[in-house]
Amino acid sequence: MSTLLDVRDLVKTFGEGETATHVLRGLSLTLDTGELAALLGPSGSGKSTLLTILGTLMKPTSGRYRMLGQDLVAADDAALTEFRNRHIGFVFQFHNLLPDFTALENVIFPTAVREGRETSAARRRGRELLVRMGLEDRVDFATTKLSGGQKQRVAVARALMNTPQLVLADEPTGNLDRASARQVMELISEINRDEVTTFLISTHDEKIAACCRRQIAVADGLVTG
Amino acid sequence: MLYGLKIALRYLTANKAQTALLVSGVAVGVFIFIFMSALIGGLAEFILSRTVGDISHVTIEAETPDPAVLVDAKGHLLVAVERGRLRTATLRDTETWTPLIEAIPDVRAVSPQITGAGFLARAAQVAQVSVTGLEPGRESAILDLEGYLVAGSARLGSGGIILGKNLADELDLSVGQVVRLQSSNGVSVVPTVGGIFQTGTGMLDRTSVYVSLPTARTLFGLPQGVTRLEIKLYDLNAADATALRIRGLTGLDAVPWTDGAEQLMEALNAQAQTGYFLKSFALITIVIGVASALLLSTYRRRPEIGIMRAMGARRGFVVFVFVTQGALVGLLGGVAGATLGYLALLPFPGRDEFRPGTLPMDITQGSYGLAIMLTVIGAILASILPARSAARVDPVTAIGQ
Ligand SMILES: Nc1ncnc2c1ncn2[C@@H]1O[C@H](COP(=O)(O)OP(=O)(O)OP(=O)(O)O)[C@@H](O)[C@H]1O
Ligand SMILES: [Mg+2]
Repeated sequence: MSTLLDVRDLVKTFGEGETATHVLRGLSLTLDTGELAALLGPSGSGKSTLLTILGTLMKPTSGRYRMLGQDLVAADDAALTEFRNRHIGFVFQFHNLLPDFTALENVIFPTAVREGRETSAARRRGRELLVRMGLEDRVDFATTKLSGGQKQRVAVARALMNTPQLVLADEPTGNLDRASARQVMELISEINRDEVTTFLISTHDEKIAACCRRQIAVADGLVTG
Repeated sequence: MLYGLKIALRYLTANKAQTALLVSGVAVGVFIFIFMSALIGGLAEFILSRTVGDISHVTIEAETPDPAVLVDAKGHLLVAVERGRLRTATLRDTETWTPLIEAIPDVRAVSPQITGAGFLARAAQVAQVSVTGLEPGRESAILDLEGYLVAGSARLGSGGIILGKNLADELDLSVGQVVRLQSSNGVSVVPTVGGIFQTGTGMLDRTSVYVSLPTARTLFGLPQGVTRLEIKLYDLNAADATALRIRGLTGLDAVPWTDGAEQLMEALNAQAQTGYFLKSFALITIVIGVASALLLSTYRRRPEIGIMRAMGARRGFVVFVFVTQGALVGLLGGVAGATLGYLALLPFPGRDEFRPGTLPMDITQGSYGLAIMLTVIGAILASILPARSAARVDPVTAIGQ
């Protein structure tokens, strides 16, 4: 297996002096292509912080971060935006979808925003992804009319739209019931297996973590297992 | 950028009531802008037509030579010839000049005239009058005698006279009656009253009488030439340029109406300035309205903007989406306001039918295109600040809210 990303001695400190919060304290981690990994750890241990840094939405205070051979600490905002669009998909816990758009429009956003318009090829792929998520009868629904589980499945479809190498999911099942959570996780495992997409999923749920082939434990800003 | 337009449109249609309110606000501003333009423009038009509509726009007067004087070596005035004793100065060759001047595109009419002072008498009553000899067929070229006529006809036959209503009342005259007109030179004629006019201007209605040019020749002893040429233009504002042109063409001293009308011009200018001031306020209101509405919208949509940025939307894309919203609001509001303004101005009488007592709104001076253009530009400028703040939204904090 080839290395997808590699972080070394990652430090993230919020604030300065007396009030400084040291969230990541020299964390190192390597993910290989095709991994399905769970990120575990107590609340406040820095899981979300790590995911946002890996997603290039935030820069570390210090440390190295390389993915697909690129130095993502040195890159500027425009380069990172382009990189995210092509190589990284996100699934968040809340505020996932654009409320004024349909399920399909949400799914194809990453492609449309890059190409400047919604092409029929993009629509076709978006529809396929929604079918795969079991949402064939919800394609043109306004997202405000979807249930929580359906919304998260739309979000997973959108994260996969540009066939990224890495999908980062921050407690994707955090506010879903058991059945919906299991359905979302099954879809993720299926795609990970079929499309060789790497997933890193933060969760508090042992059952969810058990679905993943690797468990990464974080405590006090370091990987502990 | 088609996609950015789609998102901007979706954001505007997502909250129809709010967008409608915003567009109405802009439309009201544009409406005020157009109303002011039409009113200020109409007022200027009205004042001009009232003050200079009936007078000559370019006048060529025979130059009265300076009185002859005899001065001794020390500069003492020894002899001076009284002005009135000189023969009246005349313009010769008007038959040559008139067609040349008439050929200038902006010239509407040329009226050769002989003017002088005289007395109008009926029985024992006598009134001092100023006499103007007009060329038959051109009676209404400068002052619209035809339009102001209250009795009789505006055509001047050889033995006819047209006079003002006040004068007619004073001398108890009506059409068909015979009067005696004596010039300052002492020559008398006995014309018949052919028409009575009323301009509303007391001076004219009380002291002016019009006779035919041949009659005036007899009265003032001028077998040839005239004392003045009055010229009317299509465009009042072109008087200075046209006067220069006539001067160049004929070498005659053509004087535009604007000479000596500085006060009027100043007043019109001040009025126009007031108009600009009010219109600027209307535009500022639009800019503030659009800016605050969009700022609110960017604040409300922070999580979405964060998601878009996380999905790979560039900062420029976010700016485009919000600036486009501003531009669309400006365009919609501008067109709506301009349409409303036009419809509201429709019932007002046209510029040729202004009546005292009503607002002289000139529908042709609404500056509709300018209003729409300035509104769109203003709305775009207004949206730059909110758009930039939207583009700077930090995805992490926005999504984490
Ligand atoms: N912008 C910020 N400014 C200051 N402190 C922050 C900021 N973001 C996060 N923190 C702090 O960093 C620590 C780690 O936060 P983080 O959200 O990464 O934890 P987490 O492991 O995701 O927790 P949870 O399981 O509850 O989601 C917390 O103590 C939090 O208060
Ligand atoms: Mg978290």
